[in-house]
Amino acid sequence: MSGDAQTPNGAGNHNGANGAHGDDGANGDDDRGVGELVAAEAASRRPDRQRDAFGAGGTGDTSGFGRLVAPLPVLADSERPFGDAAADAVYDTLERVFPQLGDAVERVVFDRGELTLHVRREDLLALSRTLRDDPGLRYELLSSLSGVDYPDDLTGRRLHSVVHLTSMTHRRRLRVEVSVGDDDPTMPSLTSVWPTADWHEREAYDLFGIVYTGHPGLTRIMMPDDWVGHPQRKDYPLGGIPVEYKGATVPPPDERRSYS
Amino acid sequence: MTPSSTSTPHGPRAASTDQHDEFDANQAPGTGPYEAGYAESASGRVYTVTGGDWEDILGAGEQDDQRIVVNMGPQHPSTHGVLRLVLEIEGETVIETRLVIGYLHTGIEKSCEYRNWTQAVTFLTRADYLSPLYNETAYCLSVEKLLGITDQIPERATVIRVMVMELQRIASHLVWLATGGMELGATTAMIFGFREREKVLDLLELITGLRMNHAYVRPGGLAQDLPDGTERAIREFLVDMPKRIKEYHKLLTGQPIWKARMVDVNVLDAAGCIALGVTGPVLRAAGLPWDLRKTMPYCGYETYEFDVPTALEADSFARYLVRLEEMTESLKIVEQCLDRLRPGPVMVADKKIAWPAQLSVGADGMGNSLDHIRKIMGTSMEALIHHFKLVTEGFRVPPGQVYTQIESPRGELGYHVVSDGGTRPFRVHVRDPSFVNLQAVPALTEGGQVADVIVGVASVDPVLGGVDR
Repeated sequence: MSGDAQTPNGAGNHNGANGAHGDDGANGDDDRGVGELVAAEAASRRPDRQRDAFGAGGTGDTSGFGRLVAPLPVLADSERPFGDAAADAVYDTLERVFPQLGDAVERVVFDRGELTLHVRREDLLALSRTLRDDPGLRYELLSSLSGVDYPDDLTGRRLHSVVHLTSMTHRRRLRVEVSVGDDDPTMPSLTSVWPTADWHEREAYDLFGIVYTGHPGLTRIMMPDDWVGHPQRKDYPLGGIPVEYKGATVPPPDERRSYS
Repeated sequence: MTPSSTSTPHGPRAASTDQHDEFDANQAPGTGPYEAGYAESASGRVYTVTGGDWEDILGAGEQDDQRIVVNMGPQHPSTHGVLRLVLEIEGETVIETRLVIGYLHTGIEKSCEYRNWTQAVTFLTRADYLSPLYNETAYCLSVEKLLGITDQIPERATVIRVMVMELQRIASHLVWLATGGMELGATTAMIFGFREREKVLDLLELITGLRMNHAYVRPGGLAQDLPDGTERAIREFLVDMPKRIKEYHKLLTGQPIWKARMVDVNVLDAAGCIALGVTGPVLRAAGLPWDLRKTMPYCGYETYEFDVPTALEADSFARYLVRLEEMTESLKIVEQCLDRLRPGPVMVADKKIAWPAQLSVGADGMGNSLDHIRKIMGTSMEALIHHFKLVTEGFRVPPGQVYTQIESPRGELGYHVVSDGGTRPFRVHVRDPSFVNLQAVPALTEGGQVADVIVGVASVDPVLGGVDR
């Protein structure tokens, strides 16, 4: 166990030179301030950070309670050109046919050959219609819509609605991501553009609590109608009970040691 | 029909007048002792029915539409799973179809977030239980893309993946034939379908050790190599199966009852399919040759020779024909896989990712081979450390998100996998084709006959394990 983690006043060393990874137990994930998140992110990118062969850094303590903190799922904005002909063509076309693109798109990420547009919710419907209808884009098929919960999101908008579009004409894919906070989890429904979004959005509402305004019948789809809470959120417990086996007790999965 | 004489004719008037102010059964027209009481509500007259004929219940002068609501399920009339249909019908005509799902929701996606990357395979293989190897492969392709090791996967592993997937496509279509036939009362189709599926399951059991839920495909490659005698067994199957497919054609394709139930029934054209997100055989039966193996190839499918069967009729019969043709095409691919198999590893060379097990069959079942145990316990401490760390911790996956899609027997199977850089998946979302295709059932069935609802659901081939996850 590292000494820092035992400091009663864990918040005191957030901004210290070595405090980026302190306090991983006392406050819990939900109470972290934004300042600490930025510091943690910066530290995880530090190239000279000592890491062993399995990626663990810090004290070498593998008890799970040392200074092991998960690197945050944050990717930087990608620079144009992306280095991929299809992705560049898509973005060029978008800039031409959707003049307000600079305002609508908060961030563009090109990673592992996949292009992601982080879109403001106000512009989602207009952009979607363009993506579907423009001859140079023609994303006719909404393949998938899924929610993702990032409790530590740097923008404070933890709930992401991720749409995967397929252009059957051009045989391309595009990811459109919209994020909302859990205090105002509303965004426009895509059912008017792609009717297939119906059940996808009901699922994302059910499991994440994202409210799609304009949806014809936004009700729960997986869980019972009277269920309380949104089970796929990260702060929703998995549940489970300890199991005894040959004298030893196996804790439920969400209480087992995590190396992440 | 006469009203039931066993129940006391207490009549709703006696039971209700003192309970509900607005429920005034005395206003009911007619004087029969079994006259239904009713209450006026904002949405119209609500009857309390205690038994009797509809004419008697509705009373004289009531020319109400004869619209009734029929609940079908949650126990599905066949074996697709636990699907509930709520039908509004007028006579034999379906006015509205609503689907209720979620009875099989087991939280697979959530559970994956609490296991390491390799363990998630054992969950996801149980999602769509008629095509588990597709789930495994799509997930593993996602993880490999996140790891950036897609081009390091050994050739032999990829060929075997393709081979077992195509074998499973045949098995899955055979279950569709069997259950779809049973739903129409064609029990011979059921017997035939399950008979041949058993042969495919025997092959898969020989290869993976399990008939279903194999957990055979792992991030980085496969759990184990092919056992001895696999090629001979598959070649025997390749000789036998074309005759069986001919048998199905002889039994069903020209059969008047089969055709009467399916031709021009449940039509959905290509534009409707795309708007509703429908892919797979249903879309191809509407004339669009959209098959991800051809249009967006993965696992080297672009190097195999096969055709994409299509039809133009867009009805249930066209879907039946397309599926039968696809079985023939899958046989072609399996044969090419066998010809391509060259000796070599079936797991990625990177020891930081490759599961360290060297499995072999021992006296007490399958487990790590004694040679491997001897090595890690006796001679190589490094190997022991690797084994221990990989099995307890797992490997780390660089942060990011990917979406990979493959052509499952039911359409586009997509995996949206997010990593936060840890040893566990941050989020796994399954874009299951059954889930999306089921949305088309109202479009297929509304305006048709009640009996055609069964055909419509069958022609979509939903697997509720994948729908609900």
